[in-house]
Amino acid sequence: MPIHEKSLIRPENLVTHDQLTLEGVDVSGHWSTFITSRAVTDYNEVMQEEIAALPGGEFIHRCWQCGSCTNACTVNAINPDFNPRYWIYLIRMGMEEELLRDKDIIWQCVSCNKCTYACPRDVNPEGVMKATAHWLELKGHTEKKPSMVFDEAFSEQVFASGKIEDGKVLRDFFTRTKQPLLQNWLIALVRGLVMRLPVGLLMKLGLATLFHPRTRGWGKARAAIDEYVAERHAADARALHLDAQGAE
Amino acid sequence: MSGKYKNVAYYPGCALEGTGHAYNRSTKELGKALGLKLTELKNWNCCGAMEVKNIDPKLQTYLSARNLSIAEDMGFDTVMAPCNGCYHNLKKAEYDLKHDQASREVNRRLASKAGHTTYEAGKVETIHALDWIKDAIGEEGLKARVKNSLSGLKVANYYGCMYTRPRHIFPEKDQGPGTESTSKPHFMDDLLAAAGAENVDYPLKTACCGGAHTLSDSDTSTKLVLNLLTTAEACGADVIATECPTCHTGLEMHQVRAEKVFGRKTTVKILYFTQLLGMALGLSPRKVGVHENFSDSSDLLRAKGLG
Repeated sequence: MPIHEKSLIRPENLVTHDQLTLEGVDVSGHWSTFITSRAVTDYNEVMQEEIAALPGGEFIHRCWQCGSCTNACTVNAINPDFNPRYWIYLIRMGMEEELLRDKDIIWQCVSCNKCTYACPRDVNPEGVMKATAHWLELKGHTEKKPSMVFDEAFSEQVFASGKIEDGKVLRDFFTRTKQPLLQNWLIALVRGLVMRLPVGLLMKLGLATLFHPRTRGWGKARAAIDEYVAERHAADARALHLDAQGAE
Repeated sequence: MSGKYKNVAYYPGCALEGTGHAYNRSTKELGKALGLKLTELKNWNCCGAMEVKNIDPKLQTYLSARNLSIAEDMGFDTVMAPCNGCYHNLKKAEYDLKHDQASREVNRRLASKAGHTTYEAGKVETIHALDWIKDAIGEEGLKARVKNSLSGLKVANYYGCMYTRPRHIFPEKDQGPGTESTSKPHFMDDLLAAAGAENVDYPLKTACCGGAHTLSDSDTSTKLVLNLLTTAEACGADVIATECPTCHTGLEMHQVRAEKVFGRKTTVKILYFTQLLGMALGLSPRKVGVHENFSDSSDLLRAKGLG
């Protein structure tokens, strides 16, 4: 059975009849379970092309479905629904509706690159996961996921000053995702450290949060980066057939 | 040991100025104790870590290329990065600039607009702190210098993801005897064994700690780290030796989080390999920043005669 047809045997697509006779044959009960038929007509024929246009998705067409990526996958080991091989299949087939069932977990790729290491076709599945997560957000299928919020908070600091200060990244991320900064495990972690650290070093670390570290003379690099990023955003939007506001 | 790398450019990166401060301190102290000269890159910038590539990979290549151009301008042909993220990104930039015309164009454009040297592939070699000690001093050299053997200390060597994957950006690895292996790395094992440590057979050397999502998907990271910690304990390790500030901080953070949120307590200690080597060379735990680690290993070190 082709891979996507596993959707046909989901519980909601299985039918049993308490009393049914077809052409003189009794097909009642569990022994005669039927699968609801489905003709797929809603293929999204541009989905592969759009995802391939985003950074990381370029080589999705090389996939021959060997499953090495899923077999090697770190996240698959803790969540069997996280299945890069299957998603690549759905994207290449244009089965958007099936892909959207997993829209809230695709962003969880941890970029360990085990898939990229294992892939015999240089598909770069890690990149495809990022491109797919990005596509889902740009198309408005999902809200901005925590990893994208984090990537943006981090990158904005790099673009602005050339360096990051990890305390600020943490604070920005918790603020943007509306989480309290005072998580119990974070308090325990910091308390343990503060008890042991000499006052001088604590002062130094504290000052680093007040005086953000920066690369000197970064202004021109910043302007060049900002200009480049704006161009890339516009190119992504064009590739995904979005209007200037980013909506479809 | 080839005796190379006695005088290299040093790229600490952002993490080593923040949460990985102890790694920075211990790396510098280790260099000093071994007579190896480190010259910090002047006015370096962030490598983009695991984040900027998700905005645009070519931009990440540019960020690393700028750092490589600084090394070139300073007259160095080798830059040493102790952080796996920085090391990985410099290697990735080198690979992309060598093989991808579009990456070269973006780099040239941004570098000329920013007004600095455009880095071209092949001018500067990037090495990790492990390559640095392994090549400049070697196991025999290290053995001769050990004052305070790590004997009796059971170590699980943990390398993480970015030191070996993806394979194609590390063309010098997997080249037979003496070179590093991407499937079963051993440089840290070799160095710590030379310092007297007893390495346990740890099957998760290159497993992932979830560092990329340490905050954005904390439960996943905690599960991954808990697996690393409990497996190290099952292997009989007293301590997990690390060579990456993101892995190191991730292990420490999620060790606490696993206890607070999942109710799973683990007691294995976490130390940078540079801290362990430094102490083997007779440096005090304080000198190599053991007190700066989130995970408190002072009891273990005292018990093993190192503290």
